[in-house]
Amino acid sequence: MAQLLIDLVKQQFGVAVLETHSLRGDETLTVEPNAWLAVCRFLRDTPRADMNMLTDLTAVDYPDREPRFEIVAHLVSLAKGHRLRVKTRVGDEEGDAEVDSLCELWAGANWLERECFDMFGVRFTGHPDLRRILLYPEFEGYPLRKDFPADRIQPLVPYRDVPNIDKLSPFGRDEGMSFGRQTHSGPETDDDSPVN
Amino acid sequence: MEPLDQELDQAELEMPAEPMLLNVGPAHPAMHGTVRCVMELSGEVIHHVDVQVGYLHRGFEKMCERGTWTQVFPYVDRCNYVSPMLNNVGFALACEKLLGISVPERCQWYRMALGELARISDHLTCDGAMAMELGAFTPFLWMIKAREMIWDLMEEETGARLTHSFGRVGGMASPPTDGFKEQARAVVKQILSVVAEVEKLLLGNRIFLDRLEGVGVISAEDAISLGWTGPCLRATGVPYDVRKAHPYLKYAEVDFDVPVGSASDCFDRFMVRIEEIKQSARIIEQSLERLADSGPINVDDPRVILPPKDEVYNTIEGTIQHFKIVMEGLKLPAGEVYSYTEGGNGELGFYLVSDGSGTPYRVRIRPPCFLVTAGLERVITGQMMADVVPSFGSLNMIGGECDR
Repeated sequence: MAQLLIDLVKQQFGVAVLETHSLRGDETLTVEPNAWLAVCRFLRDTPRADMNMLTDLTAVDYPDREPRFEIVAHLVSLAKGHRLRVKTRVGDEEGDAEVDSLCELWAGANWLERECFDMFGVRFTGHPDLRRILLYPEFEGYPLRKDFPADRIQPLVPYRDVPNIDKLSPFGRDEGMSFGRQTHSGPETDDDSPVN
Repeated sequence: MEPLDQELDQAELEMPAEPMLLNVGPAHPAMHGTVRCVMELSGEVIHHVDVQVGYLHRGFEKMCERGTWTQVFPYVDRCNYVSPMLNNVGFALACEKLLGISVPERCQWYRMALGELARISDHLTCDGAMAMELGAFTPFLWMIKAREMIWDLMEEETGARLTHSFGRVGGMASPPTDGFKEQARAVVKQILSVVAEVEKLLLGNRIFLDRLEGVGVISAEDAISLGWTGPCLRATGVPYDVRKAHPYLKYAEVDFDVPVGSASDCFDRFMVRIEEIKQSARIIEQSLERLADSGPINVDDPRVILPPKDEVYNTIEGTIQHFKIVMEGLKLPAGEVYSYTEGGNGELGFYLVSDGSGTPYRVRIRPPCFLVTAGLERVITGQMMADVVPSFGSLNMIGGECDR
């Protein structure tokens, strides 16, 4: 069944289909990055494909390859019961990667793409709200890249100040906690006091 | 009794108010799991909400790339920690799919029985916590008491109450104990009686019903577009259950129904879970009947399964075989598979990429909770502040699985 789908996409997009393979019943389709959105839209809207759900979207990092990242989406049609894995390849050696967002096709793509951005640093053009989701904004690097060491130490994050909020912070600079607080210097005195 | 305010026009009640930013979480008592909602309120109505997850992120996927395939099992236990057995079995099935092997029949029935017990424990926790968050503490205690029975049984079988690490690629860590069938039947019987009591206590309760019915409604189209699966999707009327749609293990051979809702509100999500407990009980009964008392539990493949201990200590072949599996890890053939099972909250998928060495190249877990929680924004926007609690509870966000 999924083989028919692949033929359908091949007919429609021709050279944009880079390769296809099937392992243990998982049909896979790899397409050019500039056809990514169009192929996904075609798979969703064609009645014969009817892929109404994006089950998963993630990336795999192959630092030795060019392009570096594989963006992997798993599509499923609940009505027809077939599945297809669609992949595309983006990114240069430095890890600078950009691909079209699928948010306009499936609402679920929003968080999945944010996670992918968070973990791999792949930018999704057209994403309405692309920011980190599982990690915090000050996190440095993209942890699921193969060149990110698992034991890398992250820098201390300064105390976040929310502007224009009519609320006092719970503790003054020297009250509350007996340790650690000094590093979270407030906005008025931005000195580099030592950690202990 | 008629509501006192039914004569009042809703428009008269509306008071102009400046939007107020309210921060709920990440450690709010009415939110099981750590999630933070930054809400923009107008009066009590939520205009915008930003749901922020990630407080329990532990780098599951990165850690998996450091050990062997077998060493992933303890990690998956800690993803959905309410039904760890389902994760164990799901990951084992994914590895087996890549290896192209299937486990003996006895193991399949055993996995199903244990998996459905775990599902019951998941649904009991969700429904119990939901009731507790709405002020009904007794049902919570009863359901947790029932869950404790499952955990006692699991402890008997696996040696650990919560994080079993009991699955193995190609089988299970050990065969069922002698008293398993008898105990499991007794436990299921007691659980069903607890559920019947809880139903009596809650389903006639006006306060409980009023807070659930018509609250947190989402359309089936939206739910599908968001990638919802599991009880939350079925509550919208879509009868998608991986166990029926793409049967794995022996689910094609057992008789069970897929409960669906119609109103797709919090009450339907609650009831779908209650009904699934009963269906799981049916599956357990059938699995126990078909579970053979003797026979192999693991595949007969020395490249996958550790040899028995007396061989390891007494023969050189056994020692070397043990050494190679433990030190080098299982060699999964190079390639990629996506294997999916029905977890407690929906489709639990594992996307594995292997480069042929003993170490996983990429283990991607497709967490059902993550996508369901992504829909929270849509569910609660436009609702009242007080509706957040039942809505969030009915989605059953499990921090460990959502954030990994």
